[in-house]
Amino acid sequence: MMTEFINFFNENLQMIYIVVLMIFVGVEVIGHVPAVLHTPLMSGANALSGVVIIGAILVMLDTEPENILALALGFVAIVLGILNVVGGFVVTDRMLEMFKKRK
Amino acid sequence: MGAAISFIYLIAAITYIVGLKMLGNPKSARKGNLIAAGGMGIAILGTIFLYDKKVDTTIHILIWTAIILGSIAGWMVAKKVEMTKMPELVSMFNGMGGASAALIGIIEFQIHTNSLNNTIVIIAGVIIGSISLSGSLVAWAKLNGNMKSIIRLPKYNLINNLVVLSVLAVGFYIIWSGSSNPAFMYLLFLLALIYGVLFVIPIGGADMPVVISLLNSLTGIAAAFTGFLFDNMVMLAGGILVGSAGLILTFAMCDAMNRPLSNVIFGAFGQPDADLTQGSSKSEGTIKKTTPSDAAIMMNYANRVIIVPGYGLAVAQAQHVIHELELLLESKGVEVKYAIHPVAGRMPGHMNVLLAETNVDYDKLIEMDDINPLFQNTDAVLVVGANDVVNPAAHNDPASPIYGMPILEVEKAKSIIINKRSMNPGYAGIQNELFYNQKTSMLFGDAKDVLTKLVHELKNM
Repeated sequence: MMTEFINFFNENLQMIYIVVLMIFVGVEVIGHVPAVLHTPLMSGANALSGVVIIGAILVMLDTEPENILALALGFVAIVLGILNVVGGFVVTDRMLEMFKKRK
Repeated sequence: MGAAISFIYLIAAITYIVGLKMLGNPKSARKGNLIAAGGMGIAILGTIFLYDKKVDTTIHILIWTAIILGSIAGWMVAKKVEMTKMPELVSMFNGMGGASAALIGIIEFQIHTNSLNNTIVIIAGVIIGSISLSGSLVAWAKLNGNMKSIIRLPKYNLINNLVVLSVLAVGFYIIWSGSSNPAFMYLLFLLALIYGVLFVIPIGGADMPVVISLLNSLTGIAAAFTGFLFDNMVMLAGGILVGSAGLILTFAMCDAMNRPLSNVIFGAFGQPDADLTQGSSKSEGTIKKTTPSDAAIMMNYANRVIIVPGYGLAVAQAQHVIHELELLLESKGVEVKYAIHPVAGRMPGHMNVLLAETNVDYDKLIEMDDINPLFQNTDAVLVVGANDVVNPAAHNDPASPIYGMPILEVEKAKSIIINKRSMNPGYAGIQNELFYNQKTSMLFGDAKDVLTKLVHELKNM
């Protein structure tokens, strides 16, 4: 068990670093944001979580053309993922557009 | 993976960080959103065009069809939605992202289960993605009123624990047995969906923004697991960034309501139903009704009027009329300000967005901490469609579910006019003793109708 853990750690060291550093970046980026911006910020972060679309595309690219079930599921995954991305960014932009107008 | 695509992913990851940082500042927010969107765009295009293996044309056609369909749908919905409906829209979009993550896990389970690590990552992605999907859909249904605000199931704790145990049991069984039977993955998907429903169902409608933020964070983590599976740095970095930022945002929102997160999530568990009829001891008494013309006179002769807008104002689409009322009062020499509670509306900052839509002067929107000292020198307060954010029970009733939440101290003003549609308790389902205050006059009716009448009366004065 211990050796497995050490192997896992060594093999994925780069990724583990990214995870740890990104946690701190996320905390740092959000700290001290005025409450007024919580809604657009949440909406923007929501659009970013649509990054999973890249996984959906990779799945499709990697699937054999005969595997119809996987293709069908992948198709749905892309539609849903891109909905999250495009809808998320557009609605965030609409919210922020209103903040700008009142200057 | 080629160097070109790695480089594009690096740029994309940087745009996510910079974009999110810029979203935190009113001046740069809009640009920040566009930068992050641009980064997402190049990452998607790069993934498709720089893929280094030979891919069948049919698959390319399928990918593009899916992207175009989803983009058009997302664009249209986001452009058309009314600003009042935004919170549920964000929730729905988030659910879509979760669904996408769960589906990827299900497909991958049937293709790659070559290593233990992959299996664990797939299982985690499916569980988290599914919880995010069904949880977001429940939050969506609660926000748009299709589902009751608070639902209590009999034997809730028992059912909940059983579902959690079954999710874990199936997950461990797949890992243990090394089985690649897709039936297990569908079972896991189904159980995690049920858990997501159970997770959100007992939480009150007023706490949905916090729940959505938390689920958003979960979708980010699900995306990160998918990134781990594919050795894909941009998904890993972006996912963890959203996961961490979403969690901090969740805490910030709880902070604005002065409630710990555990209270929001577990507060509804095991409480007797009595809290649905809160504060009955204090809220007995008589209420005083008033008419638009009396209220108009009261405001006309005031030196300062503070308007407290709530979600009811937005539902009635009365943002424009209230701006008209404000301008009219100002032209008569009355000082008018808006008191903005951080959680007024259905999301923190929602009310600012709604009023900004009508070109209300930014300087007139005063945040809670700055406006509270002004109430005692204010002649009239007009509360439109707000309830919980002005409920004195938050200060003086330790038994109240909102006890400890900072509120707008309108009861210090010389007179209070409250516009509500009826005497029904507010969104959080709590009685409000402010309505029975001697200084309070109730102005019943739809916010838009009542405000239009007020404007009409004031014009004739």
